[in-house]
Amino acid sequence: MPNTVTTPRAGSRKSSGIRRGETAAGWLFTAPVILILGLFLFVPVLMAIWVSVSDWQGRGSPLSGEVGFVGLDNYAAVTSGGGLAERNFGLSLRNNAWYVALVVPLQTALSLFLAVLVNRAILRGRGFFRTAFYFPSVTSSVAITILWLFLFSTTGVVNSFLGWFGISGPNWFNDPSQIFHNALATIGITGAPEALTGGGPLGVSWYEWLGGPSVAMFAFMLMAIFTTSGTFMLLFIAALQNVGAELGEAGVMDGASGWQRFWHITLPQLRPTLFTVLTLGLIGCWQVFEQIYTGTQGGPAKTTLTPAYLSYQSAFVGQEWGEGSAIAFILFLIIIAFTVLQRWVLRERPVSKRRARQYEIRETAR
Amino acid sequence: MTRHKSRAMVGAGALAVASALVLSGCGGSGFDDSEGGATEGLTSSDDSLTILIAASGDAEATAVEETVAAWSEESGVEASVEVASDLNQQLAQGFAAGSPPDLFYLSSDAIAGYADNGSLKAYGDELSNKDDFYPALVENFTYDDEFYCAPKDFSTLGLVINTDLWEAAGLTDADIPTTWDELADVSTTLTTDGQVGLAFGAEYQRVGAFMAQAGGALVDGDTVVADSAENVEALEYVKENLSAGNFAYAADIGAGWGGEAFGKGLAAMVIEGNWIGGAMTADFPDVNYQVAELPAGPSGQGTLQYTNCWGMAADSPNQEASLDLVEYLTAADQQLAFSEAFGPMPSVQSAADAWTEANPEDAAFLSGADYAQFLPTQAGTADVVADFNAQLEALKTGDPETILQSVQSNLEATVG
Repeated sequence: MPNTVTTPRAGSRKSSGIRRGETAAGWLFTAPVILILGLFLFVPVLMAIWVSVSDWQGRGSPLSGEVGFVGLDNYAAVTSGGGLAERNFGLSLRNNAWYVALVVPLQTALSLFLAVLVNRAILRGRGFFRTAFYFPSVTSSVAITILWLFLFSTTGVVNSFLGWFGISGPNWFNDPSQIFHNALATIGITGAPEALTGGGPLGVSWYEWLGGPSVAMFAFMLMAIFTTSGTFMLLFIAALQNVGAELGEAGVMDGASGWQRFWHITLPQLRPTLFTVLTLGLIGCWQVFEQIYTGTQGGPAKTTLTPAYLSYQSAFVGQEWGEGSAIAFILFLIIIAFTVLQRWVLRERPVSKRRARQYEIRETAR
Repeated sequence: MTRHKSRAMVGAGALAVASALVLSGCGGSGFDDSEGGATEGLTSSDDSLTILIAASGDAEATAVEETVAAWSEESGVEASVEVASDLNQQLAQGFAAGSPPDLFYLSSDAIAGYADNGSLKAYGDELSNKDDFYPALVENFTYDDEFYCAPKDFSTLGLVINTDLWEAAGLTDADIPTTWDELADVSTTLTTDGQVGLAFGAEYQRVGAFMAQAGGALVDGDTVVADSAENVEALEYVKENLSAGNFAYAADIGAGWGGEAFGKGLAAMVIEGNWIGGAMTADFPDVNYQVAELPAGPSGQGTLQYTNCWGMAADSPNQEASLDLVEYLTAADQQLAFSEAFGPMPSVQSAADAWTEANPEDAAFLSGADYAQFLPTQAGTADVVADFNAQLEALKTGDPETILQSVQSNLEATVG
């Protein structure tokens, strides 16, 4: 690796003595990974960025001389175009935002709850329960989607079950009505004030933004919670087993109740795992695709359209390659933003001065 | 370097291109930047052909494979058929990589996009049987005044009636509806607990037939006419009957599509195309049914037609052989054989009589060819139709005029 050798500082340090040749060996050993990652990850990502700012129409190489640079036109089309592309993108964001807002907290809470349950040493057959809870996670999402379509069909198992309680279940995957609107309808509110229906961001009215997920999307949300909480339970179990018993015992001595010990002693120690679970959950939820592709293709009435599916749809079906890549990169930015935000919220806070003072040894008090 | 070379070669003429490509052995891949779609002649080489199809089922795949094999033997050109799992995606990948299949199924709503980026060869005028195709089908595949590709076959929508339920309700052949009022009446008669009179999919691809019967359309030439009074009238009629409960969307009665609702006895009548025949034979062989023409609306009869064509890649190195294969596949005899194998109607007029003779029970579908409308084919209209469909799902509670106005403005943005 000549360039590293010619750098004076690095060269003088590394090319002499018994460590000579380590640089070369290092590069040699990492080369396959760098090559594979570069070829299959980095280059395609760069090409996709280029497609999102070009007028490539899907024929021949996007890098050929005939493809022109159009700046942020594609981004503008989906965020401020005023047309169908903007509304579709708005609807997909609306659907996915509700999906994230409800699935991430619920799956995290459920997986933590399950982990605490099966972590108890006194539980009989906990191996069985761990396997049972984990099982949905290892099944293919396509298979689960098909199972779900079957369970939630009009005359399916779920509706038969609801029928025992005298509830006539909805036509799950064909019901585009939004659940908050439905909830309001039960107390007699069916319309919306002018202020809400008038306008809203991305061609979608505030009334539609605030209506919550559709019944069809809700069925997908139940599925996501069902399939992912097993995986996250496993992470929490691993973390719980690293939590030493001493602090808990100290808590008992101080008279803390079980709930207080969990909330003030166990949970803070799970913070790194919580961060992992929330991050993975956020990313997974923003990228929901297979379920939509195999299940509803965005229907009914576009209420299960997600940005990931819309990106695919725009590129491969609508032949709007630039818009498709632009959506993919906006989605990427959204995910980054949420991860950073979440990291900031869950950061280790230094002990505040006021609280720290309580622990100071006061010399004057002597 | 290859690019400059091939650009110069296109100018030098197709023959030179073809021979140069064969000599240099670079096949289709060095041909990326040629001017596709122009009618400067067809390429010719010894290359074998690949054909990409989206089969409705095994019957179709086998029929096409066998026919292509027979042609291959006759012509001495090797050809292989690939059945796509996702045609749009596989085509897009082929075009992007510069190695598309030579021939492929192409739906009329995808033509504009592929024609605009130069992926398609407009070979329609080279067909020896060009004048035999139904004029409406030729128009369907004409884009920017160029006849792009040969219609493979076609289907129209008809009124499919469950004869057992029909008789059980005390109806006779004389009651087959010919007007909107009669349709509303018989569907009301046929509506019972757990069975709806008439069902169809919640989409323009079915509801559009009512718009045609009212004298409306989405696009007239290059003028957008989606919010016309005729269309409003059609949607009002559908909405009224949906609300009354004698019409229903297939999804709302728990069926994936009209054929399923019909086969399961959830609907006594459905509006479907002639593909329903294959589905009934395969899945619901015990259901007796007959097919009638759709009733006339205020402006006369109307239905919708669906068709695919044999698309040819501009990058194909052996277009002459492809053209020969297309002529073979669309010949009257061959289309009649396909029709027998998997049910569509021949796209050539010379096969009409023989087809009606062989399929008297489906004659109503073919009669529809005379007054059938087709879906808008301009680039971007597929998205608008998809959005329209999303709104049609809520037609029961929606306002037809508002829905059509949004379609109008969306279409104006793409077509205008």
